Amino acid sequence: MSANVLLFKIALLFYVVATVLFFMDVVGRREKAGTVARWVLLGGFLIHCATLVARYVEIGYTPVSNLYESLSFFALTVVGIFLLFDLRYRLTVLAAFVCPLALVLMIVGSATSKAAKEINPMLDSWWFPVHVTLAFLGNAVFAVAFMAGIMYLLQERMLKSKKFSALYYRLPSLGTLDSINYKCLSFGFPLMTMGIISGAMWAESAWGTYWSWDPKETWALITWFLYAALLHGRLTVGWRGRRAAIFAIIGFLCLLFTFLGVNLFLSGMHSFSALGGR
Amino acid sequence: MNIIVVGLSHKTAPVEIRERLAFPPTAMEAPLHAMLALPGISEGLIVSTCNRVELYATSRDADAGIAQLKRFLAEHHKIAIEDIEPHLYDSRGEDAIRHVFRVASSLDSMVIGEPQILGQIKTAYGYASEFKTAGLILNRFLHKAFSVAKRVRTETNIASNAVSVSFAAVELARKIFTALNDKTVLIIGAGEMCELAARHFVNNGVTSVMVTNRTLEKAEKLAQEFHGRAVPFSEFPHHLHQVDIILTSTGAPDFILGHKQVEDVLRLRKNKPMLMIDIAVPRDIDPRVNDLDNIYLYDVDDLQGVVQANLKERQKEAKKAEAIIHEEIGQFFRWLSCLDVVPTVVSLRKKMEEIRQREMEKTFASLKNLGADEKKAIEALTGAIINKILHQPTSVLKQAQNDASGDSYVDAVRALFGLECPAPEGEMAHIDQDVSGK
Repeated sequence: MSANVLLFKIALLFYVVATVLFFMDVVGRREKAGTVARWVLLGGFLIHCATLVARYVEIGYTPVSNLYESLSFFALTVVGIFLLFDLRYRLTVLAAFVCPLALVLMIVGSATSKAAKEINPMLDSWWFPVHVTLAFLGNAVFAVAFMAGIMYLLQERMLKSKKFSALYYRLPSLGTLDSINYKCLSFGFPLMTMGIISGAMWAESAWGTYWSWDPKETWALITWFLYAALLHGRLTVGWRGRRAAIFAIIGFLCLLFTFLGVNLFLSGMHSFSALGGR
Repeated sequence: MNIIVVGLSHKTAPVEIRERLAFPPTAMEAPLHAMLALPGISEGLIVSTCNRVELYATSRDADAGIAQLKRFLAEHHKIAIEDIEPHLYDSRGEDAIRHVFRVASSLDSMVIGEPQILGQIKTAYGYASEFKTAGLILNRFLHKAFSVAKRVRTETNIASNAVSVSFAAVELARKIFTALNDKTVLIIGAGEMCELAARHFVNNGVTSVMVTNRTLEKAEKLAQEFHGRAVPFSEFPHHLHQVDIILTSTGAPDFILGHKQVEDVLRLRKNKPMLMIDIAVPRDIDPRVNDLDNIYLYDVDDLQGVVQANLKERQKEAKKAEAIIHEEIGQFFRWLSCLDVVPTVVSLRKKMEEIRQREMEKTFASLKNLGADEKKAIEALTGAIINKILHQPTSVLKQAQNDASGDSYVDAVRALFGLECPAPEGEMAHIDQDVSGK
């Protein structure tokens, strides 16, 4: 087993422990577990970063070329973005929603082939790391918005129906969840926009054309328009709360389809990246 | 020495019995002294609230002590003991400690987590220390109980969810809005409950209050109280878009706020959420308003539902509190058993022996030319010194164990010789202040 795969497994183990601890806090009412969980998660994140570096050294280019690498990188950005948000909001219950997502990405990733691609001259462009980093950071921010959206809908449901489960007491206020939605949108949207632009630049340098309407590009554009509509609605007509939450959820599902579904169901120029690329 | 508890509470006795056994707070001295005069009782304390009457005491013989306390309770109130016996509970040792910790932490209260009981026990303790009926053990015990109660309060959410309808409204607002300090409350009508809820809102950060009433003077009077402003009843709909929280309880026979009206207000305020508390019967606000996004409408029954859910949540938190108490009992019980004479004598001797060994090793290390005989002589000498020194304290301790002074001797010996005992007291200074400040 090469060093990076071993490190990946250790990082995965840390994430599992952190997730369990977060659940102990939220479900089992052990507040100390949440504090420990944050350090474990940070430890896992750092090891995960080391994984990336080790992989880079081994294969010689930014390791986001196959599904394993892409999912791993996605999980890394999700955890990283969560940790950033946690500095501001410190919401254990958000962790209990976000960590399982990172965990699923990691587990699915670890089940796929870890064999590295042949060095492809296209991957040699420096647009490649810029493009994938921006795109994935955007994805991760929207993943947090997605989870906050689900939390919002749950909390709103309980407040409207006046039936309160134990979760009601652990979830933050609707106002906080809505402000997470807005924060995510105002960071995620520029990241996504820059991700698409840098992708176009890369396409120009690799294929000599900025935009070729392959399925992945088309879906990315659809997703971009969705988030653009939400941002516009928020800023002008006061779309907020439930509607914004639903938009964040649909937007992320669209984004996931762009990321995974397009490669599974449709074929196009991005297929060289075996599901991953964008 | 045993800690014993005898008492009755809302769980075991109807109010007719409880009121007959209550001790009036103005005349605590006589019963406290009478309690201390009972044979075998060395310390005593009386807790008397509307929901419980409990006697805490220490006694060498737990069974005899409990019987004494029961008889005292009956005789003092001139009731036949047979009449109260079925309502009384008693406990001793660890169970007694658990009981008092639970009561102080409000786990045994009618409304779990209510804060009054701790104050009531502090008051009871205040009397016991004023009239000098609480000695070494009860002092430590009660201080420990206070610190346990404080720990339960800070480490669990046992008291954090409202159990009153008026405060439940504030908590709902906290689940909807991030902060309350930039929110505006509108009071419609002059219901008492609305006023109470408004007061809670102001105490929790709301600075902007608007009041409207069919009689403008009434509105003005109430507005003054909250440093808010009064609005004529006919004009309040024009201000609704500035309002985040509505508290209404008018006597109006029909809705004063309809679906369409609220819809328009929402558009005006760009869908910013609104919490509407409708305490009026018949209701003031069209219930269909709740179907609008970002409007949260609660009537009296809904608030009752919130309170019920909160009570359930408190019960779940109580489990956490029980775990804390379990932990603290162990600690306190270790201290209490430390007060026994035999373990004290044993650890005193052990401590001396340790010192002797250490010092002899030092001496032997520096005097290398000592022979075996000399070493033996030094060992015998030091051993004899220790025995001579310990003889008197040991026999005093053993004698004292039969009378009430035993605990103080044990405590003094432990303090003087630095014999380790887990410290049971929590926030001594803080509590002493509370008691003396009373």
